[in-house]
Amino acid sequence: METFDMSLVDWSRAQFALTAIYHWIFVPLTLGLSFIIAFMHTKYYKTGSEKWKHTTKFWMKLFGINFAIGVATGIILEFEFGTNWSNYSWFVGDIFGAPLAIEGIMAFFLESTFIAIMFFGWNRVSKKFHMLSSWFVAIGSNLSALWILVANAWMQNPVGMRFNPDTARNEMVNFAEILFSPTAIYKFLHTISNGYVVASLFVIGISAWFILKGRHLEFAKRSILVAAVFGLFSSIFVVITGDSSAHDVAKTQPMKFAAMEGIYEGGEGVGLTTIGIVTPGKRYDNNKNDFVFALKAPKMLSFLANRNSNSFVPGINDLIDGNKDHNIIPISERMEFGKLAINAFREYNNSEDAEVKEGALKTLNENYQHFGYGYLPDKMAAIPNVPITFYSFHLMVGLGCFFIVLFGVFLFFSIKQKTESKRGWLKLAVWSIPLGFLASELGWIVAEVGRQPWTIQDILPTMISTSHLSTSSVQVTFWAFAALFTVLLIAEIKIMLHQIKSGPKNMED
Amino acid sequence: MNLVKRIIKFYIDGFRNLDKVSIKLWIIIGIKLFIMFAILKLFFFPDFLNSRFNTEEQKSEYVIQSLTKK
Repeated sequence: METFDMSLVDWSRAQFALTAIYHWIFVPLTLGLSFIIAFMHTKYYKTGSEKWKHTTKFWMKLFGINFAIGVATGIILEFEFGTNWSNYSWFVGDIFGAPLAIEGIMAFFLESTFIAIMFFGWNRVSKKFHMLSSWFVAIGSNLSALWILVANAWMQNPVGMRFNPDTARNEMVNFAEILFSPTAIYKFLHTISNGYVVASLFVIGISAWFILKGRHLEFAKRSILVAAVFGLFSSIFVVITGDSSAHDVAKTQPMKFAAMEGIYEGGEGVGLTTIGIVTPGKRYDNNKNDFVFALKAPKMLSFLANRNSNSFVPGINDLIDGNKDHNIIPISERMEFGKLAINAFREYNNSEDAEVKEGALKTLNENYQHFGYGYLPDKMAAIPNVPITFYSFHLMVGLGCFFIVLFGVFLFFSIKQKTESKRGWLKLAVWSIPLGFLASELGWIVAEVGRQPWTIQDILPTMISTSHLSTSSVQVTFWAFAALFTVLLIAEIKIMLHQIKSGPKNMED
Repeated sequence: MNLVKRIIKFYIDGFRNLDKVSIKLWIIIGIKLFIMFAILKLFFFPDFLNSRFNTEEQKSEYVIQSLTKK
């Protein structure tokens, strides 16, 4: 097989990660804040109260800043697909193309049209239409996210397609299977509800800052009440969808699941690690303990994976070496099947003989589910980075639990009208704003680092997905993006802070 | 026609009445889009396959070669 330029692969991955992480700073806030604004706008529409109007306008302004700085940052990812990841883009073209095209159309018609009405519509359109526009912006931005998440879910669990060996492209044969795959549904619900949590933390944190400064107290308390209710429901929903998502990962990406939990030796009735430290230097091929220290909830991992607390959960070693008792094929065998598939693919394209072609096609189809394994240099290459996946997952879960408590506490204080006096909690809320973004990014790190070495699970490894470019050209654009993004982020933070310090306009409370 | 005129007027009025922050944001959007499309896309991010091949057959041939190279 071809020798891959791993430096090129690593720089291409680093560039994609940088762009995606930066893009994802803006998206969750847009997803969640749009619904909070729509709710506040509805309160204004129903009550006619100027307080709700100015509350809506203040958060709308911050939404606008975030939207303006973040808009089009995702397009860079599409540039990168075409330039850095041409093999991958070609290989998935039809499947990735359709959801992205729908996303583009939806984003244009729903978001762009109604955002203009939302911002320009005060006293220019009817109050009802104006209020509905806020809801359409929220629904539109969330639906835009649906399509890109469906495309990502397909990469994690490729379904509803057929490989065309004449063109080297996967072709969509069942759109509904792609759209309604459990991976897509759980990914969408988990991701958007996470955005609601980020936005709720943002609103509570900024409102807490106003209370700490003794400014706009009624406005701040009103905002906290809305965000605490929205955040509490959303954070509980995040747990439910996260559980479903993890259950799906256990079935479709068992190696990622094992890495998330840092387990090398599988077993029955496996405990869930709540807190743990992965043993430094622990690898598949040494006998070190999995953890220096681990606090486990007995049998919970088996239940999470299979809804049966005594069931078997494979560890990394089981997945690498195979486990006959549980029908797990060793990676070495999958690598052989993969090589058979690749050789058959080559033979199919090189031969003119119809009978040879037919035989090659049969072999290719029989082994296509192992196709990507044929490119792996050794069985160890099938293991993702365990410490990064483990710590990202556990920190994300820990933060998620903390957010539930925070929202619950602020809802309680709001109902009891004691928020103003709880300065410690108010300070904690201010400092929790970045934690929401951190948890959100960690979720993506679990999803994307944990699924390595694959761009398309089991079918296309990352190392074969890149274009044949010079590493230096990718390095140049990496630093260009790093500079551009840093400048934009500084601009956003400066404008946002200035706007926050100005406070809501025309508001005495 | 009347509706189209009203929509255009709606947008013109909206842009005329932008506050300072909104104007600043539009300038940032403009600069950002210029950098992305007129500099990065044009000079640094040509589509790898489209810039090298003219037909779909040539592109698939190249990817097949790339995926099956020994």
